[in-house]
Amino acid sequence: MTNATGPIVALEAVLPESKAPESQGRLIFRRFLSNKVAVGALILTFLIVLFSISAVGLGPIHGWWKYGYTDLNPQENGGTPTMSLIPEWLGGKGIFIGNHPFGQNRIGKDYFAMTMRGIQNSSLVMVVLGLIATLIGVIVGSIAGYYRGKTDAILMRITDVFIVIPALVIGAVVGHAFGGFGAATLAVMLGFFTWMGIARLVRGEFLSLREREFVEAARVAGASDARIIFRHILPNALGVVIVSATLIMASAILLETALSYLGFGIRVPDVSLGNLIGENQSAFLTRPWLFWWPALFIVSLALLVNFVGDGLRDAFDPRHRRFSLRRMQEERPSLAEDENVRAGDDGDFMDAQKK
Amino acid sequence: MVSFILRRILVSVLVLIAASFVMYTLTAYSAHPLDDLLSSSALNKEKLIQARIQALQLDVPPPLRWFLWLGGAAKCLIPLANACNLGKTISNANVTDILPMAMQSTIQLVTGALVLAVVLGLALGIITALRQYSGLDNAVTFTSFFLYSLPSFLIAVLLKEFIAIGFNNFLVSPTIPMGIVIAIGIVLGLVVQSVVGGDMRRRLVVGGVTTVLSVTVLYAISLTGWLLKPGLGPVFILLLSVGIAVGATALIAGLRNRRALITGMITVVVALGSYFTLQGLFDMASVGTLVILAIVAVLVGLLVGYLMGGYDRGQSMRVGAITAALSGGLVLLDRFMQSWPTYVSEVNGRPIATVGYQTPNLGGDVWVSGIDSFTHFALPTLALLLISFASYTRYARAGMLEVMGQDYVRTARAKGLPERTVVVRHAFRNMLIPITTLLAFDVGALLGGAIITESIFGIPGMGQLFFAGLGRGDLNPVMGYFIVIAAMAILFNFLADLAYAALDPRVRVR
Repeated sequence: MTNATGPIVALEAVLPESKAPESQGRLIFRRFLSNKVAVGALILTFLIVLFSISAVGLGPIHGWWKYGYTDLNPQENGGTPTMSLIPEWLGGKGIFIGNHPFGQNRIGKDYFAMTMRGIQNSSLVMVVLGLIATLIGVIVGSIAGYYRGKTDAILMRITDVFIVIPALVIGAVVGHAFGGFGAATLAVMLGFFTWMGIARLVRGEFLSLREREFVEAARVAGASDARIIFRHILPNALGVVIVSATLIMASAILLETALSYLGFGIRVPDVSLGNLIGENQSAFLTRPWLFWWPALFIVSLALLVNFVGDGLRDAFDPRHRRFSLRRMQEERPSLAEDENVRAGDDGDFMDAQKK
Repeated sequence: MVSFILRRILVSVLVLIAASFVMYTLTAYSAHPLDDLLSSSALNKEKLIQARIQALQLDVPPPLRWFLWLGGAAKCLIPLANACNLGKTISNANVTDILPMAMQSTIQLVTGALVLAVVLGLALGIITALRQYSGLDNAVTFTSFFLYSLPSFLIAVLLKEFIAIGFNNFLVSPTIPMGIVIAIGIVLGLVVQSVVGGDMRRRLVVGGVTTVLSVTVLYAISLTGWLLKPGLGPVFILLLSVGIAVGATALIAGLRNRRALITGMITVVVALGSYFTLQGLFDMASVGTLVILAIVAVLVGLLVGYLMGGYDRGQSMRVGAITAALSGGLVLLDRFMQSWPTYVSEVNGRPIATVGYQTPNLGGDVWVSGIDSFTHFALPTLALLLISFASYTRYARAGMLEVMGQDYVRTARAKGLPERTVVVRHAFRNMLIPITTLLAFDVGALLGGAIITESIFGIPGMGQLFFAGLGRGDLNPVMGYFIVIAAMAILFNFLADLAYAALDPRVRVR
């Protein structure tokens, strides 16, 4: 008797609390929010970008930091960083930032201002390149995947033409041609040559989605091609688009810094994290901080954006879960048991065979 | 199948031609090949400018000039005609003459990096998949994430500044501090216990033994100054070879297969015999001799396995070949080590090079020049390797996890196969199929990445050709570089498609 009522009571207890079914979007959003690493990475990325913009200002507006990234200042302490983060009670000099927290370069420019300007430029390239590449990729991919046949063949051959050229090579050529016009132009031009991966992915999604019943229903109801593509299929392919857009942004940082390092990207007197390293590489032994600050920010930006992308991938497609501490703790005991059982079985079998 | 191949080749050629047009016009409009002359103060400036315009046909607008270039490049397709014409550089050299030289060091670099990345990446990926959610697995996952976000120029610069210079400084008096010795030992112990797995006791024992062993070895190396005068000697060759034979047997045939084990041991004895008999031959060996010796070694290994036979001849033969190749490699390594002191004194005690692809004016036999190549290519290869290493690890791990969950793996277990057979024969082979696609894409990425590595380490390869050409506005070497890279990328994609179709019967070629 108690056995029979148990589940029913539980059911009744659960039922009143069960909410209205959640939309797909809310579900994904919640799944993303539950991923602490990804949310933290997203917030941190925004903070870094905001910090860099507010520090040196944007365009003609001056930021809160006293020096600009082109100002020449007298050398202080031979250009070493004046910042100290170790409090006095730990044997340090106390917490203060001084005049040049990141030090100065050879001609006395304030390195904090330069690094902040570099972060600004690199993240500008990251966002603009990501948006342009995604836009072109989505348009090409959806048209090719939706119309199939000749259109598809022609568009995909064009994609192949661009894919044949390695990203760094086409990037160097484009950067050589447009690098002098500033970060925004460079980003737009690079975007024109990095959309191929997204186009292929979107095409694949469209090829499978266009055969589904809801598309058929929309077509029967008399929806136009444009409406089917943008209102019916594209929202269903959004996961793939958003995730790969994020990952493109992560690799955009690496591409831009590599190009600027080689001298084909953003050029002096403007500043990028890559050309800071390229310029100061020879001073590695005498002024190592000129190398470490930009390196730190390149790696952290790329790492953070990669974490966000991974979190988004998990949120959109829970099957792809790669790393989750909670799941690890849940799964480990059962897995270990499984392995023990298996090993035991093997041993028994071997023994039996020997006999 | 034939029509598929023909159609693919035709489309590939068309794609290549179209891509070359994009590349040519972009580069041509961005290039300023007359800049150095315009700013020069030579008396015959006008004449020089006219000469260069003549030589490079700069008076023809770029889209039309591309047709001229294509006409020359098309002749490369005629076999044996030797009519290849890829234009001239600014300094009036034929691109077809400088390209092969540049290709040599780039191919050396990229092949080394690719092979190492695949082998190490796959091995690590498989191990972490089999030991999912272990400490090692988490560490590797985080590391590969980190490597993904590390720009390759940063890796290269760091390697150059820390490893090269640091190691050379260390070699002046190679004593390893005790703290570091113990730290390395503990890390190794942790890694090995995680790889071995099993219950607590087994892991503790294995980890402990590894730690003690590696601490002893490192301490001995530090104490005896082994790094200044390295060498293995017959005793260590024997020990290591026996280890290899047992390992290869355990992996391929299982230690219960006595015939395979005996094959391995016989091969080890042969290798040890060759160590004593071949030293004289080694002193006057050339590269060709070494290649022949390597082939002979593998053949001997196969032969021993064949003669030992047994119910599964193939297994014994594989064990024999692998043992022969690796223990032969040890014998060669020992010989290289014998030449190490000579080499170090030749380069003034700073062996790891940071610039160039060989020491200029270095005399010496095949051993010394072999070491020379090694010290020049070790760091660039490492820098290049780290780019793709992380992605192989992740793909291999994901692929292995997926395959291990398949029905046929369960079936294999259900019919009572030992875990080794399930992993090596059923899971591993199927996991390799998707990797072929990744490999094809990776060749392109590595060739592109070589631009950065070569420019940092000053290796005069193809990346350097491209880099310098683009900077000077020198169009033809840039196009020469491009055509090789693009052809390579297309070729590997094509091969990957064929391999995929051959390996996976579900893929139908239309």
